[in-house]
Amino acid sequence: MNSLWALTLATLVKDIRLEWRSKDALNAMLFFSLQVVVIFVFSFDPLAEESRHIVGGLVWIAFLFAAVVALNQTWARELRNQVLDAYRVSPAPANALFLAKALGNFLFVVVLQALMVPLFVVFYNLRALGPAWQLIPITLLGTWALVVNGTFFAAMSLRTRSREIMLPLLLFPISIPAVIAMVAGTTAVLTGENSAHFYIVLLLTYDVVFTTACLALFETILNAE
Amino acid sequence: MKPLFPILSVLTAIFLAYALYLALGKATPTDALQGDVYRIIYYHVPSAWTAFLLFSINFVASVQYLARAKKSREAAAKWIVIGVGVVGIIACFLPQVQKALTSFGMRPSAMATTVIMIPAFYFLVGWLFPGDRMDILAVTTAEVGVVFCTIVLVTGPIWARPVWGIWWAPGDIRLTSTLVLWLIYVSYLVLRRFSSSAQTQMLAAALAVFGALDVPLVYFSIWFFRTQHPQPVIGGGGSMDPRMLHVLLISWMAFLCFAFLVCWSRFRLEVLQREVEQAHAMESLVGAGAASKASLPLGRSSQ
Amino acid sequence: MNAIKFLFAAYIATWVIHAVYLGTLVRRFSRLRQQLKELGKGK
Repeated sequence: MNSLWALTLATLVKDIRLEWRSKDALNAMLFFSLQVVVIFVFSFDPLAEESRHIVGGLVWIAFLFAAVVALNQTWARELRNQVLDAYRVSPAPANALFLAKALGNFLFVVVLQALMVPLFVVFYNLRALGPAWQLIPITLLGTWALVVNGTFFAAMSLRTRSREIMLPLLLFPISIPAVIAMVAGTTAVLTGENSAHFYIVLLLTYDVVFTTACLALFETILNAE
Repeated sequence: MKPLFPILSVLTAIFLAYALYLALGKATPTDALQGDVYRIIYYHVPSAWTAFLLFSINFVASVQYLARAKKSREAAAKWIVIGVGVVGIIACFLPQVQKALTSFGMRPSAMATTVIMIPAFYFLVGWLFPGDRMDILAVTTAEVGVVFCTIVLVTGPIWARPVWGIWWAPGDIRLTSTLVLWLIYVSYLVLRRFSSSAQTQMLAAALAVFGALDVPLVYFSIWFFRTQHPQPVIGGGGSMDPRMLHVLLISWMAFLCFAFLVCWSRFRLEVLQREVEQAHAMESLVGAGAASKASLPLGRSSQ
Repeated sequence: MNAIKFLFAAYIATWVIHAVYLGTLVRRFSRLRQQLKELGKGK
């Protein structure tokens, strides 16, 4: 158990350090996220009465795009340098690699969200009519839901044709309950019309179920190349 | 085997025609609220039940395929399934559970019978489909299931339009859950087609397990969403005229026979496909050897 | 009267979908049999 976390942390730190040195993916993603926000602003009038009801959906669509772009390059670096083969041969538990990748993606997407949220607040004049603190568990649990399945499906798509389209194709149907919960929960908090409590519980259940499933099946997927 | 298929096909065709005759004829009354349009139910609901049955078989086949990969995993899976059966049956007769079941209108003995079907089904499928045939079962049931699911999603809106006035209600829990199920299995089929890896089958089986885990979550998320957003009243609840139920079940039996024949054909197609692929592979191996042999003059040994 | 159109549309749609799928199965079968024949000739 100790070695699992030590290994996960080591791999995670390595990934962060590599990303920090090159910053190519981070910059691309930042600019992409900004563009998405701007397009939404022009497509959906921020001053309209209904905007408060749809902003929850818009924000999460923007996050979903950002997450997919981040997830697509999850394993690219490993493929390039045959790191995956080395990992398969080593006695290291496969789950350490998975957790490191998932956590790395999670941090990455959360950073993007932290940068996109102020933009949304500014452009859409957002103000939470419900309990604003609930947005934090919704965001964290929702992002983890997308990232944990996304990292798993990214590994699954590695040897498929049209890898970049395979990932969203696999991810979106499975993520639908999480997306419903995220969007409805965010809308509930922003409009203050109903309670987001059920959605937070649903997200938590989703996260527990699928994190377990990913950890149970990752080794099978990793060795299935 | 060979003559059996055409005979069964003819019998099934007759059965389907009979079901159609019952569905459209005087055997069933016209619905008081909906008029004759309600008769779509005799195609819509049996297709849904057939699709769900096929997807359940796919789930069992996928789990077994994943379990068989390792001997220890296979033994563990067997014990878990037996455990589920035993615990389920015992649980049905516990006082608290009995009370809960009767409040839902179910009898504990009926529930126990349903629960015992799970391990029985698991072992039956395991016995009937050894080795690679389990994976062929998975792809067959997934594909035919998608066909039936497509029919549900097409007939559903066609039914909704004259009855509710709209093609689609976002909170309609049954149609929306079916849509998500359809999406999951279409992505399953796309994965199978686009994956060139030797272990496509394993990946697809993992995806099927994910899909199965997802379905109850989909149901709950839409259910709660619906309680917060008023939806058009759907005439689905309440009891059914016994004559309607009778014809509905007959129609379902007919479609099950039809689905069985389609699955059988698809199964044979897949077996044939794999034979051809193997033959191709063998030819390129043997062909290369034969070519190198033929290039040597007669009587000379290869050095 | 309009409503009956939907009833027939649903029934026809069902069988069209089944027919299309069965058609693809038949096509794949014939293609495979063709390939098997070619393989047999090659040997």
